[in-house]
Amino acid sequence: MINGIIGKKIGMTEIFLEDGTVVVSTVIEAGPCFVIQKKTSQTDGYDSVQIGFGEVKPQRVTKPMLGHFKKAGVPPLKHLVEFDPNGEDYGLGDLIDANIFNEGDTVDVVGNSKGKGFSGAMKRHNFSGQPASHGGMAHRRPGGIGQASYPGKVWKGMKMAGQMGNERVTVQGLSVVRVDAEKNIVLVKGSVPGPNGGTVIIKRTTKGRVESAAA
Amino acid sequence: MNIVNEIEQTMMRGDLPDFRPGDTVAVHYKIKEGERERVQVFEGVVIAKKGGGSRETFIVRKVSYGVGVERIFPLHSPLIDKIEVKRQGKVRRAKLYYLRGLSKKASRIKERSRLEQIASKANLPTETINTVPEKEPEIEPEVVEQATKPEVQEETTTSES
Repeated sequence: MINGIIGKKIGMTEIFLEDGTVVVSTVIEAGPCFVIQKKTSQTDGYDSVQIGFGEVKPQRVTKPMLGHFKKAGVPPLKHLVEFDPNGEDYGLGDLIDANIFNEGDTVDVVGNSKGKGFSGAMKRHNFSGQPASHGGMAHRRPGGIGQASYPGKVWKGMKMAGQMGNERVTVQGLSVVRVDAEKNIVLVKGSVPGPNGGTVIIKRTTKGRVESAAA
Repeated sequence: MNIVNEIEQTMMRGDLPDFRPGDTVAVHYKIKEGERERVQVFEGVVIAKKGGGSRETFIVRKVSYGVGVERIFPLHSPLIDKIEVKRQGKVRRAKLYYLRGLSKKASRIKERSRLEQIASKANLPTETINTVPEKEPEIEPEVVEQATKPEVQEETTTSES
């Protein structure tokens, strides 16, 4: 079975389990996705399937891309991602939906986090800041960023102010709370990166958690 | 947001009575002790309702042995066996947090008049209209006496201690 699916974050809510426990979960519209292209070790050096999600008008995509979709016999799609088919044989144009996951599966969710703009070290790296009073004038400054004439430079990767958010973020080890294959809805325990309406990728976890027996 | 609403609709319960902040309710809550399941009753004044859809919760406050106890219940929780509305109170606020600072005597709440009760039910399904006026007169006098008299005694003891 394919390793993942593309979806849209819808929003968050709470779910009551049968024993009355409340689980805060994110609603993701996962699919329908279509197989656009197959890559094999013979032609491409590795095996994967490219799937697409989110229909768009034909005039919104370039002519070369239109041909790419035509080959698979599907309407133009907005997001294309490659996944490992895990040995399963998919044909061009095959439908992939939320059915690939079962309740209890452990997944990783990839999304583009909400942008926070150019942020200071306190917000971006959880620095403590400096005294607000008692003569302190450095309030939200980061403090020292290096040593002396040795090394005589600021180390690369020093935590400083800069762009925060609006980057690709993966949240690992979320469990699937509910799957509605008819409506292509997957509910995942916890929060996922990005705004409501943002595109997310749900993948089987890389951390080797135990999946449900049915998977 | 529509899909979220749909999911919440499926979990919402229609079998619970309508109540407001200021009302006195008895919440029958299922408690699991290992294998056994029993029902515990928590009776007190509803001091707040929060949230919407299936996420709605309410806070019930009671004074137990001179100590104020508050419990937050998820309104649509499957663990709520039933909710009895014992008394409908007349209050002018949606959140009655001011009751926390009051003595028991001062925190008494006037009952809503029959007219107000019926008027508030007018825009609700007929089942609730039928049941409420029948029940109320029976319970009213008992509860008022029980609720107020012991409270006064308790209040004096706690304020001294």
